[in-house]
Amino acid sequence: TEAATAAPKIRQINKILISNRGEIACRVIRTARKLGVRTVAVFSDPDEKSLHTQLADEAYRVGEAASSASYLRGEHILEIAKRSGAQAIHPGYGFLSESVEFAEQCQREGVIFMGPPSSAIRDMGIKSTSKAIMAAAGVPIINGYHGEDQSDECLQAEAKIIGFPLMIKAVRGGGGKGMRIAEKPEDFLTALNSARNESQKSFGDSSVLLERYVRSPRHVEVQVFADQYGDAVYLWERDCSVQRRHQKIIEEAPAPGLSEELRRELGEAAVRAAKAVGYVGAGTVEFILDKEDLSFHFMEMNTRLQVEHPISEMITGTDLVEWQIRIAAGEPLPLKQSQITRTGHAFEARIYAENPRGGFLPGAGPLRYLSTPQPSADVRVETGVREGDEVSVHYDPMIAKLVVWGENRSQALNSLIARLGEYHISGLDTNINFLIDLASHPEFQLANVHTGFIEEHFDTLFPAISISQQQVSQAAVALVFNELQASSSNSSGSQDPFAATPNARLNYALVRNYNLKANDKVFSVDVKYDGEELQIRVDNGTWQEIRAEKVQDVGRLKIRANIDSNISTYNANIDGPSVSLFLESGKLDFELVQPKFLSAQVDQLGAGGSRVLAPMPGVLEKVLVKPGDQVKKGDSLAVLIAMKMEHILKAPKDATIKSIGGAEGDNVAKGAAVITFVDEEVAAK
Amino acid sequence: AISTNLLRSQTIRFLHVGDANVLPSEVDKQSAEYKDNASEMGKLVTELRNLTSQVLTGGGQKANDRHTSRGKLLARERINLLLDKGSPFLELSALAGHELYGEEVVNSGGIVTGVGRVCGTECVVVANDATVKGGSYYPITVKKHLRAQEVAQENRLPCIYLVDSGGANLPRQAEVFPDKLHFGRIFYNQANMSGQGIPQIAVVMGSCTAGGAYVPAMADESIIVKKQGTIFLAGPPLVKAATGEEVSAEDLGGADLHCKTSGVTDHYAVDDEHALYLARQIVSNLNLPATNSYNAQLLHSSQANFREGNTNATSTVEEPRYDPRELYGIVGPNLTKSFDVREVIARIVDGSRFTEFKKLYGETLVCGFAKLYGQTVGIVGNNGVLFSESALKGAHFIQLCSQRKIPLVFLQNITGFMVGRDAEAHGIAKNGAKMVTAVACANVPKFTVIIGGSYGAGNYGMCGRAYSPRFLYMWPNSRISVMGGTQAANVLAQITQDQRKRAGKEFTEEEAQKLKAPIVEMFEAEGSPYYSTARLWDDGIIDPANTRQVLGLSLKAALNNAGHDTKFGVFRM
Repeated sequence: TEAATAAPKIRQINKILISNRGEIACRVIRTARKLGVRTVAVFSDPDEKSLHTQLADEAYRVGEAASSASYLRGEHILEIAKRSGAQAIHPGYGFLSESVEFAEQCQREGVIFMGPPSSAIRDMGIKSTSKAIMAAAGVPIINGYHGEDQSDECLQAEAKIIGFPLMIKAVRGGGGKGMRIAEKPEDFLTALNSARNESQKSFGDSSVLLERYVRSPRHVEVQVFADQYGDAVYLWERDCSVQRRHQKIIEEAPAPGLSEELRRELGEAAVRAAKAVGYVGAGTVEFILDKEDLSFHFMEMNTRLQVEHPISEMITGTDLVEWQIRIAAGEPLPLKQSQITRTGHAFEARIYAENPRGGFLPGAGPLRYLSTPQPSADVRVETGVREGDEVSVHYDPMIAKLVVWGENRSQALNSLIARLGEYHISGLDTNINFLIDLASHPEFQLANVHTGFIEEHFDTLFPAISISQQQVSQAAVALVFNELQASSSNSSGSQDPFAATPNARLNYALVRNYNLKANDKVFSVDVKYDGEELQIRVDNGTWQEIRAEKVQDVGRLKIRANIDSNISTYNANIDGPSVSLFLESGKLDFELVQPKFLSAQVDQLGAGGSRVLAPMPGVLEKVLVKPGDQVKKGDSLAVLIAMKMEHILKAPKDATIKSIGGAEGDNVAKGAAVITFVDEEVAAK
Repeated sequence: AISTNLLRSQTIRFLHVGDANVLPSEVDKQSAEYKDNASEMGKLVTELRNLTSQVLTGGGQKANDRHTSRGKLLARERINLLLDKGSPFLELSALAGHELYGEEVVNSGGIVTGVGRVCGTECVVVANDATVKGGSYYPITVKKHLRAQEVAQENRLPCIYLVDSGGANLPRQAEVFPDKLHFGRIFYNQANMSGQGIPQIAVVMGSCTAGGAYVPAMADESIIVKKQGTIFLAGPPLVKAATGEEVSAEDLGGADLHCKTSGVTDHYAVDDEHALYLARQIVSNLNLPATNSYNAQLLHSSQANFREGNTNATSTVEEPRYDPRELYGIVGPNLTKSFDVREVIARIVDGSRFTEFKKLYGETLVCGFAKLYGQTVGIVGNNGVLFSESALKGAHFIQLCSQRKIPLVFLQNITGFMVGRDAEAHGIAKNGAKMVTAVACANVPKFTVIIGGSYGAGNYGMCGRAYSPRFLYMWPNSRISVMGGTQAANVLAQITQDQRKRAGKEFTEEEAQKLKAPIVEMFEAEGSPYYSTARLWDDGIIDPANTRQVLGLSLKAALNNAGHDTKFGVFRM
């Protein structure tokens, strides 16, 4: 009977290995601990002191920094699992989570792989296979034609089947070249020929493929869960439409603007999809949802726990990692479909080390200052780093996920914006300001989301930065208080008279000048210290009386300042010459202009155009020149790889190469001199 | 029963004495007198601040512009950058030279001096103001420079000289060059302080000509600013006159020459900011011994607190209980009106706590112990004319402080010792001498604030300038002279009248008035604190409301040399 076959599947799990790092490893450890399950972490060399390594009950070194030499070493990880006595491996997301080979290895070695059967991973990993399975299971798929027959007749016939609007895409095409949209059948031939011609010209080939065109697609995905007994449920859907560089940055659950009926249709389609592949565990079925007519089509299935799973947890009151562990142990699904509720609305914002204004260029470096919003039942800070940790060039530059819940979408969104404003990081560039601007965007507020959202609203999402006198004054007040804090641990009653009477002068008020730079503009700030009174003027304007006080915030500089009758409370961090203000609108960075003699020394080293500096930390992938080479302005000199992105360093001028600052494969820091030119003045002599 | 008795015998009764030593204040802030005083004193302080803001302009807008256009910083800007961020600057005698040279305005005496903190170390800074007469040394400039060195030497504070001076003021060479306490003494002091382990650091930020060349040359370490600093015994004009050699200032004594060839300077700076940065680096590497017994004494104080049962004693100190600005209304400018000096003490010391000594004896002199920023000090203040008892009490108290190594603070408001047959018969002269002996010999840091009158022998007994207090300050309402102007006029009129009488001549009231008026006028002018401070009879005029802070800074600086055992002279019994 069925019960008889099910019984042997139950296996006790009291120790699991997490073959991952960062926030997801910490996330899994937290639930495991709650369930009394011991945890084993693996760590690469740079992760030896990382949070996940420390949180786990045991931790084992798994190799060097590069993923291929550490977190992707399936066999080695399996060995550690066996050595440590872990019955199961939680793969997290990324790395080995969708490796058919690893899943099979686990199966062979008798270690539970906390994911679906390898067959499901394989089936879902191949696009054509997955589409065929889905179509057979009655899940709507995007129609298309990828065939060999390129005759007009054949293509026209296929076009009719697929329907309009329709996209004609050059098989060899890319970057929008060789792509045409046919709005209606009459347009088809014209568009086809135009696409063929362009493709022929650009790629020397005129083959095309056809696909249904979704003008304003939304990315909506359904969280599903299946057990080993053939049962599957859905935990509602998430909208992950807003993306940059094809990566999600902000997600919400449930997807806004959907009828209950549509939600159920989506969920049931997703459950059918899971059942069709014999799915077990946590999975996500992704759909393209047409923003206009709300029709949806299967896109792909992710056979893992997704990054954005917490928003589903928030609206359903579940712990999906707990579900994973219980299902891996052979338990049936904890809840039936009818028991799965949905309450309120949740958002997740992904906080990345990156520079949104610089094309979302990923960053890396130390988190010199890090302060997060206060976690609560409605606010989750999912992170794997602490202040002082480093965001490594070797891994994903995600710093944290901020997850908030509210009774409805607008409440949750308000909370998201407010909590983002309390997420304070300095030391490296982050996308927090951008996330605040994005979440505050009127169109986002109206839930008019689609995958082209950022491109469509680019100008309004990146307004010109202007810095107010008030903000300059706020920075100056922060400097003053930072100094006071440094010179005296207690603001009143210090035993050291020199600290108790800061900046005192006899019978006159000291005026100190600071040159503060922000957004490439230098502000001259005068601060007048007259006893207890403080006055500030910016760029020789009128003196403003300042009344300010330090607000109690352990280890942090928090100030309440009355500047020109306007009271504001804000945090600040001062680290050497950099002054970061954390204002309601986000972080605002100032830099104290350094004395000339410091830059004079830098100039002597020749930063003024005689070197090419690494724009970001990364790995020197390729060096295209050697010392002595003559290069022309614009010539490619070297290739830098960071976060899977290639950056070509080009010659800023005609020059002769003097030296190369590293060998291929070396890590280079941001600002490191990769190429040095022969100094022309010297060369001329 | 036995055990109960035993217990009872061991019961210790604790007394709550926390606030018993807080001075009461009996000031009627609503009285017309208080309000008048406050308003009049307010005017005096405003006058002081106005005069100070005038001298801050140095050589005036034009000279300052010329100076800064060469990329040079002004003297006080240099000091601000030299000091630690947030460090106070205890500037000494900012009003030196005030109305001293007739038409010639020599603001601050052409030199800015004071005590500030550099890399956590209290240092004496001496900065020439080249915008004032080219930074040349007037007699008052020399005196102020030497006084700063004296402060450094007495308190063992490293000296940083920010040199930018054309040297001696030639038309006044007779008043600045030859005598013991003239120009040469600067270098004598440098050599001797260096010998005593008090670091001497010179930063050449402008001219450093002739005698001035010895400031960097005599320094332990020196810095010179490229294209700004020059050092030579004779400048290009003098060289041309002497040997016919034509040479630019830079080639004759610039940074390149002195850092690369002559070795007169040790460090090469590209600009003022760089030079000041380098000076800070030097101070950070002085490796000075922890001479400061301050912390040890503080520990001592807190133990004493514990013994007193004062559980409030923590690492922080109490501010005075009463607003120091009330001093305006309490004291006022009219010196003929008396006030209780305890009201002043209550607005200076920690928590307004004062443990009085011999309160009921010699009541015109108030003596007692208090704390200033946690440091125990002995306070001696006047509450009227000094009688024999007051002098004896003062001598006793000063001996106590010397014995216990407790710094002394004198609050001077004294018309003098009592005169008359009775007083003389009771030996006021010898009793006064006892107090003067005690003050003169007490080998602890002494500080004097003239808060009212400072007349006659009272000035001596209350540690006037001649008794080498580490620092001496005046309030803007104070007066200093051998006696009051009216008294002096009366004495002179009396003598004249006696002479006339012997000659059988008449001395009319009209004649007496004619004789007295200019004397009163002279005393009025010369008794002014501005007359005093212009001549460096003090270290500066201070706002009464700042007395606590100024004394605190002075005390902290002085404790770098906490003093030694005292050997008193013979007390005439």
